[in-house]
Amino acid sequence: MNLPSLAFGVILPEIVVTATALLLLVVEMVSRPRRRLGQTAHAPVLITLIGLLAAAGLSLTALGGPMAEFQGMARADDLAHVLNLIVLGAAVLSVLLAWEYLPRFAGLSAEYYALLLLAVVGMMVLGKAVELITLFVGLEILSIALYVLTGFDRHHVSAAEAALKYFLLGAFASGFVLYGMALLYAETGSTFYADLAVRGQGGFFALTGLGLLLVGFGFKLAVVPFHMWAPDAYQGAPTSVTAFMAVATKAAAFVALFRLLQALPAVSAASWAPVLAVLALLTMTLGNLAALRQRSLKRMLAYSSIAHAGYMLIGLVTGTAAGLQALLYYLVVYAFMNMGAFGVVAALEPREPAALRDAEIAAAEGLFSRKPLLAVVMAVFMLSLTGIPPLAGFFGKLYLFGAAIAAGWTWLAVAGVLNSVVSAYYYLRVTVAMFMKEPAPTPGPAQPLLADSLALALTVTVLGTLLWGLFTGPWLLDLSAAVAGR
Amino acid sequence: MDFQTLPLLSLILWLPLAGALLLLIIFDERNVKSIALAVTLLDFVLSLGLLVGWVNDGSMQFVEDVAWLPALNIRYHLGVDGISLFLVLLTTFLGPIVVLFSWRNITHHLRSFMVLLLFQQTGMLGVFLALDLVLFFVFWEMSIIPMYFLIGRWGSERRVYAALKFFIYTMAGSALMLVAILLLYAQTGSFDWEVLRRTPLSPALQTWAFLAFALAFAVKVPLFPLHTWLPDAHVEAPTAGSVILAGVLLKMGTYGFLRFCLPLFPDVLPTFLPWIAVLALIGILYAALVALVQKDVKSLVAYSSVAHLGFVMLGIAGLSSQGLAGAVLQNVNHGLSTGALFLLVGMLYDRRHTRLLAEFGGLWKSLPAFSAFFVVVAMSSVGLPGLNGFVGEFTILLGTFQVRPVWAVLATLGVILAAWYLLTAVRGVIYGPLTNPKNATLPDLSLRERLVLIPIVILCFVIGLFPNLFFARINPAVEALRQDATRSAVVWQVPSR
Repeated sequence: MNLPSLAFGVILPEIVVTATALLLLVVEMVSRPRRRLGQTAHAPVLITLIGLLAAAGLSLTALGGPMAEFQGMARADDLAHVLNLIVLGAAVLSVLLAWEYLPRFAGLSAEYYALLLLAVVGMMVLGKAVELITLFVGLEILSIALYVLTGFDRHHVSAAEAALKYFLLGAFASGFVLYGMALLYAETGSTFYADLAVRGQGGFFALTGLGLLLVGFGFKLAVVPFHMWAPDAYQGAPTSVTAFMAVATKAAAFVALFRLLQALPAVSAASWAPVLAVLALLTMTLGNLAALRQRSLKRMLAYSSIAHAGYMLIGLVTGTAAGLQALLYYLVVYAFMNMGAFGVVAALEPREPAALRDAEIAAAEGLFSRKPLLAVVMAVFMLSLTGIPPLAGFFGKLYLFGAAIAAGWTWLAVAGVLNSVVSAYYYLRVTVAMFMKEPAPTPGPAQPLLADSLALALTVTVLGTLLWGLFTGPWLLDLSAAVAGR
Repeated sequence: MDFQTLPLLSLILWLPLAGALLLLIIFDERNVKSIALAVTLLDFVLSLGLLVGWVNDGSMQFVEDVAWLPALNIRYHLGVDGISLFLVLLTTFLGPIVVLFSWRNITHHLRSFMVLLLFQQTGMLGVFLALDLVLFFVFWEMSIIPMYFLIGRWGSERRVYAALKFFIYTMAGSALMLVAILLLYAQTGSFDWEVLRRTPLSPALQTWAFLAFALAFAVKVPLFPLHTWLPDAHVEAPTAGSVILAGVLLKMGTYGFLRFCLPLFPDVLPTFLPWIAVLALIGILYAALVALVQKDVKSLVAYSSVAHLGFVMLGIAGLSSQGLAGAVLQNVNHGLSTGALFLLVGMLYDRRHTRLLAEFGGLWKSLPAFSAFFVVVAMSSVGLPGLNGFVGEFTILLGTFQVRPVWAVLATLGVILAAWYLLTAVRGVIYGPLTNPKNATLPDLSLRERLVLIPIVILCFVIGLFPNLFFARINPAVEALRQDATRSAVVWQVPSR
């Protein structure tokens, strides 16, 4: 194979991020710093941020450009560029969350950021994959990096439990994905989506294969009934990782699933849209109901994240360009409000190294009296997650439900709005604690810790939550090419 | 100045919010009250500009219409007609009054309190001005937020329960309205009120959309049996919150029926309006009976709200010219008299920290000015001729009698009951012997408190004595509304006049 003929430009952002991750490991190895807990290392963070922003810049300039392919395995179109921006943006916010947070319990920071970058690479590959093996490689890169990140807080047993659970169920899911791929290959004799589209119509193996892939992705997306791992993993993982997982993994998996479903239009539209609709209904309903009775903020947000995966599935059910645009729009909005909410959780968490990396809702009691601005910011996130206008979360739901109704899925939109009402109750509980209760007199919860980088992340996310819906719409990019599956 | 080119509605709408942002950035906490008062007064003066440039032809005036979110063809479309005009004026009129009332009796977090009041005002004005369904929905839901925090933070003992109940009830009620709005869009490609009222919709869509809209509005009004959130919210809210709730927030529900349910879904009105009327009648009688047995003055006033709003809904459901015009005016009347009643109860509470009827009596001797205001306002609420309440209720009953005499007769029972429970309250608070020594030494109304009440009382007399000043501007819009609402193919038995 003649190397120069390869279109490396197509996967340049991925190369940049990978190179940054490798550079970080080399730097860490060469400089061999001896760090103790509580010491902040700035160099790895800065290198990471530069790498992420460079990749984001590359994706941004490619936006709106012509579609390009890498050997038929990866496709760089607007869908991929938008996904890259979402994932990279979420990663930048996650780095800001971790900057002053990580040293509370971990001395080795370069590893953390290298793993984060690798997870990002996996997600970016997932978004571009138009070939089954590429898809699987992307999925595994991101999964393995996230397994390790979940258990990164070695001081606490719940982190180990979270990582183990996530790993076992994740490996199980990978098995499903592989088996599904094998069946698709058996039907079509090819791993390229282009061939699946031609040869895979209506065959029994294609149908079963797609079903198994759906199960695998259901695990990754924490869709009910494949969600069991999520609350434990989300609660045990460092909050900066949880925030990143909840947003970026969803984004990448949704885009990958979308491409896969588009590759088999006849099989997917006829047989799988109703199945996805039922999954969406189950996911939002069970996620919201389970969130109602949580006392831990992080666990509540974990169930809320499951519910939001249900809302997003609606965009996939429609199978239309409007549905896809609404889904991508919702992912951006969700990145703002959810990363912001986890940022506040990080500020409220206890700071001892051995403590559980979590905060009870009770820890937010009287927050308005102690830190008014932080309380207001959290209230913005909670109301936006509920879907109250004029916050961005409302517009996200407006476009999603609008796309559903335009495609004839009115009952799903009804289920969505009714679920939003249910969810209001648990999001409001946080505002009740913050604004309508006073802090316990003595000893009282510790003063929240708001480092500069966290404050920056919260500023970005709260501005996004306040303004994004009012001043932008779903991308007016032409995604019809992606929808047509060509 | 040319009022038709100035974006007057936008100025009126956004000024309170701009004021709220200003309050957030000023340093000196002592200036908060003055700025809030100045902003609300300025907003009221601006809204008077609507009367200056008014063209009395029943159409939308001061229209502003620009594209906002192009993805779904959502527009920033504002306009005001005879139906919304006086609700806008009522909102801006009550603004400075509640600020002035809260001058001293909000002791903690005054800044946040004022910010929420101003935020609330923008939300409510937006509801009355928006002519795009999504824009309307945005303001509709947005106006829940400040009231939720006002009740939940500054309310009395059961405030958290009341605040949550208020929020969840309202949101649950309006959830399906969002689906209906999107369904309308799916069928017509527009969220625009002016477009939709001219577009024929399929009967099935009209049925479902009417039900979804009506549910949202009925919760807000509130229509029996969806009213249970209201006594809780009213009783637990701080006085300023109660005044806004009764004065303006409930009107968003009746306004919604007038603006959207009647003109957009004419074909299903003959089916559903009688049921609305029945619920309104039950509300009138039931709430009056419940009000009769209340021991707490504030909850008595709260239930009187439910009964009075029943009259407004009855006028709307009759669909006669007079009934509709009366309903529009009675919206304003109720805002004034019930708002004033809540202010008076609040003043009483500030003095005695109780609202139980049994604790009072004979206040005429110690609080003569207070008692005078209380009697006048109660009479206005009862519907004494010469005061505003009479004009509204009488017009509604007249209009209803032409369409359905039985409804009118039953509603008249409600008038009698209203006189009964309000006079009971007056007797219990003001007349009789001054038995409780604690009441003997209370200070009478301060200058500030008089300033709060005097404008309302003056307006009560103005409406009562010169109702045609108002009807002249309401009637053309009501005629336009009736044309929309009766364009249905089904014959709807309404006399032509």
